[in-house]
Amino acid sequence: MSWGGWSEFWAMGGKGFYVWGSYAVTLACLALEVYFLRRRSREAKT
Amino acid sequence: MSAAVKWFWFASPQTFFPLAGTIARACWIGAALLAVAGLTVGFFVAPTDAQQGEAYRIIFIHVPAAWMSMFLYVVMAFWAAIGLAFNTRLSSMMASAVAPTGALFTFIALWTGALWGRPTWGAYWVWDARLTSELILLFLYLGFMALQAAIDDPRRADRAGAVLAIVGVVNVPVIYYSVKWWNTLHQGASVSLTRAPSMASTMLTGMLLMALAFWLYSIAASLARVRCIIRERE
Repeated sequence: MSWGGWSEFWAMGGKGFYVWGSYAVTLACLALEVYFLRRRSREAKT
Repeated sequence: MSAAVKWFWFASPQTFFPLAGTIARACWIGAALLAVAGLTVGFFVAPTDAQQGEAYRIIFIHVPAAWMSMFLYVVMAFWAAIGLAFNTRLSSMMASAVAPTGALFTFIALWTGALWGRPTWGAYWVWDARLTSELILLFLYLGFMALQAAIDDPRRADRAGAVLAIVGVVNVPVIYYSVKWWNTLHQGASVSLTRAPSMASTMLTGMLLMALAFWLYSIAASLARVRCIIRERE
């Protein structure tokens, strides 16, 4: 992808909703799993 | 101590516990570094697709997540079967530890697939053989977790879950070959061992880096979870 500035990057050629919707939900899922794992680990220790 | 003895040594949950922690820490770091590398290649090096424009960039999470969803199911069924056959505690714990991560990657594969299907096929969801069998995979993971959670005695929960996991493994080849066996809207395999890849090499590099990142993430998450299970049960 040739660089044309951040606004062009976020727009993703008009497909920004689909691309960033995919990445945002994936990131949220992984972050939630790590959060719940840390919490479970803390609770298991006590 | 010989290698064979060492394997049995680590089959005990207590001795495996610190080793799992060490491996998990290394894998968290490796996963993060590979994800940064994969996303850099995926967004800044890989070219725009001639047909799909920028929408194809979903591939860097969609395909690795779909691979992991199938692979983790086989790993889960393998450990469940070992636990059922040899009555080894740690094997059954590993099966339980893999399940939530597998379910998560199945959900991610379905979600990103829906968001990719809309701009390319014009629909978020179609009852296509590939999509339907992947949805069944999600229900198998959820069924395994629900069944284990519903039985109070952990050893009985392990055995019941193992039977479900082993029966459900027939779905994995169905997902994999669905694009060949049926006339599906979903495209065929992007990467195959028997022929040259059908995409630009930088796209393939980004995808493989992300696949490795998801792989290490899955190992780290499963081992972190098996440590919790060992603490809770023993």
